[in-house]
This record gives sequence, structure tokens and C-alpha cells, in this order.
Amino acid sequence: MPVRVQTDDFDAGRELTALRNADRAVGAVAAFIGTVRDVNADAAVTSMTLEHYPGMTEKALCAIVDDAKARWDIADALVIHRVGALKPADQIVLVAVTSAHRGEAFAACEFIIDYLKTRAPFWKKEDTPAGARWVEARASDDDAAARWHPPTQPPG
Amino acid sequence: MRDSVAATVSLVYLARLREVFGAASERVETPPEVNTVGALRAWLAGRGGAWAIELAPGRAVRIAVNHDLASAETPIHAGDEVAIFPPVTGG
Repeated sequence: MPVRVQTDDFDAGRELTALRNADRAVGAVAAFIGTVRDVNADAAVTSMTLEHYPGMTEKALCAIVDDAKARWDIADALVIHRVGALKPADQIVLVAVTSAHRGEAFAACEFIIDYLKTRAPFWKKEDTPAGARWVEARASDDDAAARWHPPTQPPG
Repeated sequence: MRDSVAATVSLVYLARLREVFGAASERVETPPEVNTVGALRAWLAGRGGAWAIELAPGRAVRIAVNHDLASAETPIHAGDEVAIFPPVTGG
């Protein structure tokens, strides 16, 4: 299962080992981990709740992974995203990509997280000393996703 | 082509919109002319209050039909699940 949405924490080392061992032709493993910060803009964040849309979230993540596989010659990709109650320093998301060489792995990994942040149905609600607030989408995330121009030719 | 009868559509509201609309979901009978996402949005905005504010033209709202992101032109059929949510903030 290349995509998992779960409340439990994940063991990144174990997940990467499993990816690496699944294909002996792999020479590169690239990974990104997103974590909860204890500050956002001008406010301290004491805890956070991650919401998702069961059914659509998994479907959207699978589509992003399929897009990455169509754009780059990669061996495999894994996305684990947590939901529910989280606190500062907790892991939120793991994106891992394996390939023969590092160029494709780095690019596909960055692409997947950029697209996840703008297309995958998740919403964060932060607890601050002034009360709870929903996190607003960032223009910088849209800019990051826009860097990955659509392929000029249809895949395949 | 929609028959000239009302259609039952399931609506799902997520995140901040669930809070402002005061409901996580509802089933509605849409009149025959409400047969696209754009028409549904305008029809719901006609309720006034938070609906008129959040669904006004130009507001950054996302709408999905049966778990696929939709545009204003996306058709709506009886039995569809239509989700309305704010721009996403995962990762």
C-alpha cells in the first residue's frame, strides 16, 4: 500500500528499510518528514488537530504518487500521513521515494510533498494561547506546486 | 441529461466550513435546474447567512463530487456526494 492515512506514529527507519529491501536495483532512497512546529506566524502552538476526508484523501494521495511515477523513472514511493491530535515535534508526514539514481528520487520526493500540500484533503487546526484557529493555506505552497509544470507530453 | 424531477444529493462539509455551517453533512433535494456544481453553489448561497458569505463568487472554496475535485461545470446527478471544503493545509 503506497499510501497510508493513520493516527499512529510511524517508524521512518523501518519504512525506509522495507522500501530499500523490496528492490535490489534501487541505489537511492530520498525521504521527507514533516513535523509539528511549536510556533506559526506570531503565535505559540501548543497542539494541533489534523482532519481529513475519508475516501477522497487516500484517492488524492494515490493520484499524486501515480503522477510522480509517470513523470520520473522511480522504483517506488510511499506516503504516510497522520491525522488526529498531534503536538510539537511529532511527525506528521513521511514521503519516501526509491530509484536507481538520486536525481529522480530527490525530484519525485519534492514533487509529491509539494502536490500533497496543495491537493490532498487535509486541514490543520492549531491550539494557541489565544484559542484554536484553522491554519490558512499559504501562497508559497501554491508557488511551490506551480513549479512542477504539467508534463508537455502525455505520460506513457 | 437530468430528468425534470428533484434529485437527492448528499452534501459533506469539512474543517472550518463544517463549523460555520453548523453541520457535518446533510441530504438535499435539488430542483432540476441545479445540475452543476456552480448551480449548486449558487443555490446553497441563496440560503443567506454563512452560506451567502462562504459561497459567494470569488471565495476560495473547493468542491468535490464523488471524491474527485470538481469545477463549476462539473455535472451533479442524483445520489452524488458533494463535499465543500476550504483550501487544504496538510503536510
